[in-house]
Amino acid sequence: MIEFHLDSRSGVAPYLQIVHQVRHALRLGLLCEGDQLPTIKAVVSRLAINPNTVLKAYKELEYSGLVASRPGIGTFVVQTLSGAPLVALGPLRNELERWLGRARRAGLDEESIEALFRDCFRSHAGEDVA
Amino acid sequence: MTAVIAAAGLGKRYGRQWALSDCTLAIPAGQVVGLVGPNGAGKTTLLQLAVGLLAPTTGTITVLGEPPAASAAQLGRVGFVAQDTPIYPTLSVGDHLRLGAWLNPSWDQALAARRIQALGLDPRQRAGKLSGGQRAQLALTLAIAKRPELLILDEPVASLDPLARREFLQGLMEVVAEGGMSVVFSTHVIADLERVCDYLVVLVASRVRVAGEIDALLAEHRRLTGPRRDLDTLPPGQHVVEVSHTGRQSTLLVRSAGPILDPAWTVEPVGLEDLVLAYMSQAQGTAQPGPTLREVSR
Repeated sequence: MIEFHLDSRSGVAPYLQIVHQVRHALRLGLLCEGDQLPTIKAVVSRLAINPNTVLKAYKELEYSGLVASRPGIGTFVVQTLSGAPLVALGPLRNELERWLGRARRAGLDEESIEALFRDCFRSHAGEDVA
Repeated sequence: MTAVIAAAGLGKRYGRQWALSDCTLAIPAGQVVGLVGPNGAGKTTLLQLAVGLLAPTTGTITVLGEPPAASAAQLGRVGFVAQDTPIYPTLSVGDHLRLGAWLNPSWDQALAARRIQALGLDPRQRAGKLSGGQRAQLALTLAIAKRPELLILDEPVASLDPLARREFLQGLMEVVAEGGMSVVFSTHVIADLERVCDYLVVLVASRVRVAGEIDALLAEHRRLTGPRRDLDTLPPGQHVVEVSHTGRQSTLLVRSAGPILDPAWTVEPVGLEDLVLAYMSQAQGTAQPGPTLREVSR
């Protein structure tokens, strides 16, 4: 069972924070198939949060096929979110390290590299920024 | 969606002073609605008009489809906790529950008793000896045990310490979780809003500046930072709520249903507090002057 927390200064809607925390826990293996999510009532009393917010988060997770709700019993994990297979990570990492070497030789410091990476990442993700 | 509170051209005057003027709004049912605005915006006047403690000078207001306090049945459908959560200091906690049971046909004694026990209150204790947090919880218990369709709370947590505030909101949300009750409450504490409310109404100088579901509002508002530019060049559909310029940079808070496509902008999410403050300061005229300060309401 995981516990949720809310950061009220993040600018991220509370229901999305819950969705992110579940996805994060799935990715890290803290939640596995068959595990139960806290009941809506439990989350409401723990966080003093609107029940509709929790419901919306669980609906969204259900919609993406990660959890399923069994009426009267609770909400359960039905699928895990392991990232890309480890085999794929190695070559990607090597490429990135080579790229980082080139960036340093071109005179970029850490901050510039980070800014460049974030900028590219955002424009590639393309959802909020294009 | 039906409105739990609908007002049109609503106004209330005390002598020559207008406490609320020309207020028009519709608050949807089935939600927890946060009503925010600066002091003197007319929040308390509006809520007191809604429960029938005041009569309007001009305009109309309906609550659950009827004039406020039109009948005993209508009174039973609306629960109200006034500012500073009043109780009867000389009566005991148990007396309050008995009073509630006598006065309200729909009284849920099981709920009242369960809450009093969960709060650890002694029924024999005089209400005047309770702490601020306990008083507020007792007042809330009385209001929800009548099982209202609409619960109206006027700054219920303003005078409570952070722990008591959290406990109060927990109690409130647990009842909301049982379903079937709309809630409207005014508050200054914006951090509470985001946790507790579905729906936000920002009221400034009697006017609704922005109203909508909080998740949608957060998704639609963004902060744009970029090289200084003329705001007339913004695409249609981007409403500027707040703007400030330095020599080279422009910072904007915009409302836009679609994505921001201009690559010159760095786009960031806006927290609810900044969003609310932007609308409040916009209306008070403390924002940067400019032709782009539009009133946004829907």
